[in-house]
Amino acid sequence: MDAKAFDMEKADVAWCPGCGNFPILKALKEALAELDIDPTQLVMVSGIGQAAKIPHYVRAHVFNGLHGRALPPATAIKAANPRLTVIAESGDGDMYGEGGNHFIHCIRRNPDITNIVHDNRVYGLTKGQASPTSPLGFKTSVQVHGVSLEPFNPLAVAIALDASFVARANAQDREQTKDLMKKAIGHKGYALLDILQPCVTYNKLNTYQWFKEHTYYLDGSHDPRDRMAAMQKALETDRLPLGVIYLSPTKPPFEDTRGVYREDPRPLHERQVDLDRLRHLMTSFAMNA
Amino acid sequence: MHRDDLSIVLCGQAGQGVQTVEFLLTRLLKLAGYHVFATKEYMSRVRGGLNSTTLRVSNREVAAYVHRMDILVPLSAGAVEHVAKRISHGTVVLGERQVMGDGPALASCRVLDVPFTKMAQEIGNALYSNSVAVGAVAGALGLDLQRVTDYVLRFFAGKQASIVEDNVKAAQAGYKAVGSLDVDDLAIEPAGDVGAKGRLLLDGAEAVGLGAIAGGCNFVSSYPMSPSTAVLTFMARHGDEFGVVVEQAEDEIAAINMAIGAGYAGARALVTTSGGGFALMTEGVSLAGMLETPVVIHLAQRPGPATGLPTRTEQGDLELALYAGHGEFPRIILAPGTLEDGFQLAQQAFNLADKYQVPVFILTDQYYIDSYYDAPPFDLSKTAVVKHVVKTEKDYRRYVVTQDGVSARGVPGFGEGLVVVDSDEHDEEGHITEDLDLRVRMVNKRLAKGASLTMDVVPPVLVGPDNYKNLVICWGSTYHAVNEAIAELGRNDTAMLHYRQVYPLHDRTAEYMARAERTLVVEGNATGQFAKLIELHAGVPADELLLKYNGMNFSVEEVVDGLKALIKDVV
Repeated sequence: MDAKAFDMEKADVAWCPGCGNFPILKALKEALAELDIDPTQLVMVSGIGQAAKIPHYVRAHVFNGLHGRALPPATAIKAANPRLTVIAESGDGDMYGEGGNHFIHCIRRNPDITNIVHDNRVYGLTKGQASPTSPLGFKTSVQVHGVSLEPFNPLAVAIALDASFVARANAQDREQTKDLMKKAIGHKGYALLDILQPCVTYNKLNTYQWFKEHTYYLDGSHDPRDRMAAMQKALETDRLPLGVIYLSPTKPPFEDTRGVYREDPRPLHERQVDLDRLRHLMTSFAMNA
Repeated sequence: MHRDDLSIVLCGQAGQGVQTVEFLLTRLLKLAGYHVFATKEYMSRVRGGLNSTTLRVSNREVAAYVHRMDILVPLSAGAVEHVAKRISHGTVVLGERQVMGDGPALASCRVLDVPFTKMAQEIGNALYSNSVAVGAVAGALGLDLQRVTDYVLRFFAGKQASIVEDNVKAAQAGYKAVGSLDVDDLAIEPAGDVGAKGRLLLDGAEAVGLGAIAGGCNFVSSYPMSPSTAVLTFMARHGDEFGVVVEQAEDEIAAINMAIGAGYAGARALVTTSGGGFALMTEGVSLAGMLETPVVIHLAQRPGPATGLPTRTEQGDLELALYAGHGEFPRIILAPGTLEDGFQLAQQAFNLADKYQVPVFILTDQYYIDSYYDAPPFDLSKTAVVKHVVKTEKDYRRYVVTQDGVSARGVPGFGEGLVVVDSDEHDEEGHITEDLDLRVRMVNKRLAKGASLTMDVVPPVLVGPDNYKNLVICWGSTYHAVNEAIAELGRNDTAMLHYRQVYPLHDRTAEYMARAERTLVVEGNATGQFAKLIELHAGVPADELLLKYNGMNFSVEEVVDGLKALIKDVV
């Protein structure tokens, strides 16, 4: 399948020239094409921010909701229709800051969705304030003395919560990023793919060059099924490991644990109320008297 | 002379038998053919504290709380003091002296000393005292002993033989102990032939839950919060049976965003919440307004602000529901009064949300949720799940501007089209836009639905003479208290107008009010929120307000007294 199938003809792309979002968008379309995903069976869900505009640039169903709230609707869309492929994709501020509580509990819930996070360590749309992943000392118009909050480590948090798939990519390596996207989308269960991405306008520290110098790809010696080893990798901050860091693939996805799909695979919108059963339930309140 | 309407109050600590005695007595009385009503007030704690349940039993239909106590059954120390304000010279206190004490509250009433615990211990276990109490009340009312025995057998069926036997003995002992006392004046009129036979005994939460299922609800995401939780547990209990995905969300924000996501994917989604929980959902309400995604919000009110009185009741969140969410978009607010209303309106809420693609509120409160009485079986022939989802074509656009504001709603995966929704202002396809002329067209389109949905406004119910002089207006859970109070007033110039849909307001409101010489609004809040809504939307101020906001629901007597004072020419 051709990646052009996911092109939006008249999208007015709101990203800055040279933005790390561009290679991510390209890699995503290629990954979807290589996985032969039918655009009419794909839902792109996002919150708010520059990265959160990505669903508008992919030919697919779109749910662009509230700031920080991509994961709850993504979970529910999958639960309402498990036949759909659901990707929740936004930035680090949206997913780890405003949506932090949902991030934690979505991992625990383990819906079969892919969570792609564009992690550029800064707020773009609100013009350059610190994000949860900004490094200590990072100066902004609000953090005038530099960031003093410990940077959020999404991978370590995910592994601590026994997420079923945890990986990190570097946006500028399109081929590897595409492969990690394919693995994440193909994984059954919640899959986190944190993508390191430069912000050419507001993050003068974590540039393309900086990410190149401060990352490395995991090789065959890392066993992603070894949770302790994965945690160790997740805690490395210089250089940052890239690739599939952790896998816990035997957990049942959330929607499979709901009783409603045990005997009936149909999505909820195709179903009818069983009125006879309802009459029976109602009559039970009469206690036969 | 036999009585035909008795109120029985059970009072004790949480976990000390009030619930068991209440359960046994209401079922026993209903099986005996009587109409029953019960409501409870309780403290926000798991154990201890004092809770009370008021039961009413009658040959007439009873569905409202009365202040009057004909029989008080104290089940823990402190119980008499807890309800002391309700004790009158007509009250009979039935129970063990040790528990009731001999405080001043007992001075003016009659005491029947039945040593529940001692009798239970003699039978074998203090735990049987609940059965002694049930037997004693049944004896005081003059029920048939065989019927009492049969019900206790039925209730304990399946338990160990000795436990069944001992509970039967305990109930019989309680029954007989009362028989030796002077209780003839408590005896109730024998139950008629028709009575409550075949009627349902259920509470407001169950009525709303059954209605939700009838309305095709198949997705519930919520966070537990009193008093709304009862609907969540009802849906969880029956979820597998009726194909409902039920999930306890991490917080209310997640709950409503999940519901909207499910609605987008074609589910019929419900959230059930209260007070501060709903306050957290308000951004989501606005999202539903913008995405035009149906969602049903059951808001069980409790007194605020903030944590307020967590287990008490109030009608204080009407304005919150009315204005929740930033920006301008239409909505529907329903407020059941009877159990039948709860069922029918919950069912309709899902059809209305689907038809107009707006948030629909079911506004109840703790009193409505926790009160129960026998009601006729709900008419399932009136229920229909009317689906408005369309199969999409290749060039489908989610937000086509239409005359009535409603655009055909597709769902992902059903048809060839793509369903694009955005919390940003969007074009007809659903994609983000900053075209300001388009913005105006989209606002107008959304608001046009507000005009369209007035076609389906549930009309208010007028009870009483058409040529009324005094019109008593109420909404939601006050239906039965106001209805019974007006009947008790016995005036042929006074009628009740009860609103089951409070927003948009029915267009005949001003006309109803113009026909009255005096209009009175009764509601459970401090500022007359519905009266304000009426004045704003119907242009008519009410003459008088009868308000209550101490955390308790109106009693029939309070409404009677309040109306008497306000209808000044009363004879």
